[in-house]
Amino acid sequence: MSPLLSGVITLTLSAYGVAALLALWRVLRGPAAQDRVLALDLIYAIGMLTALVVGIRYASSMYFEAALLIALFGFVSSAAMAKFLLRGEVIE
Amino acid sequence: MTGEPLPLWIEILVAALLLLSALFTLVAAWGVVRLKDFFQRMHPPALVYTWSAWCVTFASIAYFSAQSHGLQLHVWLIIILLSITVPVTTVLLSRAALFRGRRHEGREALPPALQPRQPTPSDSTDFQAK
Repeated sequence: MSPLLSGVITLTLSAYGVAALLALWRVLRGPAAQDRVLALDLIYAIGMLTALVVGIRYASSMYFEAALLIALFGFVSSAAMAKFLLRGEVIE
Repeated sequence: MTGEPLPLWIEILVAALLLLSALFTLVAAWGVVRLKDFFQRMHPPALVYTWSAWCVTFASIAYFSAQSHGLQLHVWLIIILLSITVPVTTVLLSRAALFRGRRHEGREALPPALQPRQPTPSDSTDFQAK
């Protein structure tokens, strides 16, 4: 890993961390429940991107599968929470 | 970590794509914090789901392809999955927000374009004329 790529990856990961903290602020503060669900979905997406970038850092393709799983769980949980907000039940 | 050094232009390409994705992610998170209304706040995460995810995917494809001297396209699955699932989540969430806004907080919770249309005096005179 060259110093250029290593430094850029560190910078990218710290930017992702700052973005996740900003979204976490919206999760904690959000006036309505749908704001919290939206920000949580954004945190899931940022976590997936983090897994991909860490996969580039360590040159391993196992992080790709972790990213795929995070994306899937993010979709399922966000859809379930949105459905619950819509009807009061997840599966009717 | 890696066996042989990668060509310089691959490293520059990967670094530029990663920096672009970091920039878009920061802009999206700042927008989610900063915008006033839920229906405005729905838009910035789309930057992450499209621009950031595509940039990181292309960076990953370029890096692993250059490393293994062959095309490695498996990371493509990420953006296929995202492009299928994100519209579903967004539509469900916006419908939930509309429904809850109508039920809990009255008409003030809705943005002006979605307010039910108020009958105007010209409407009533037209109705009486018929």
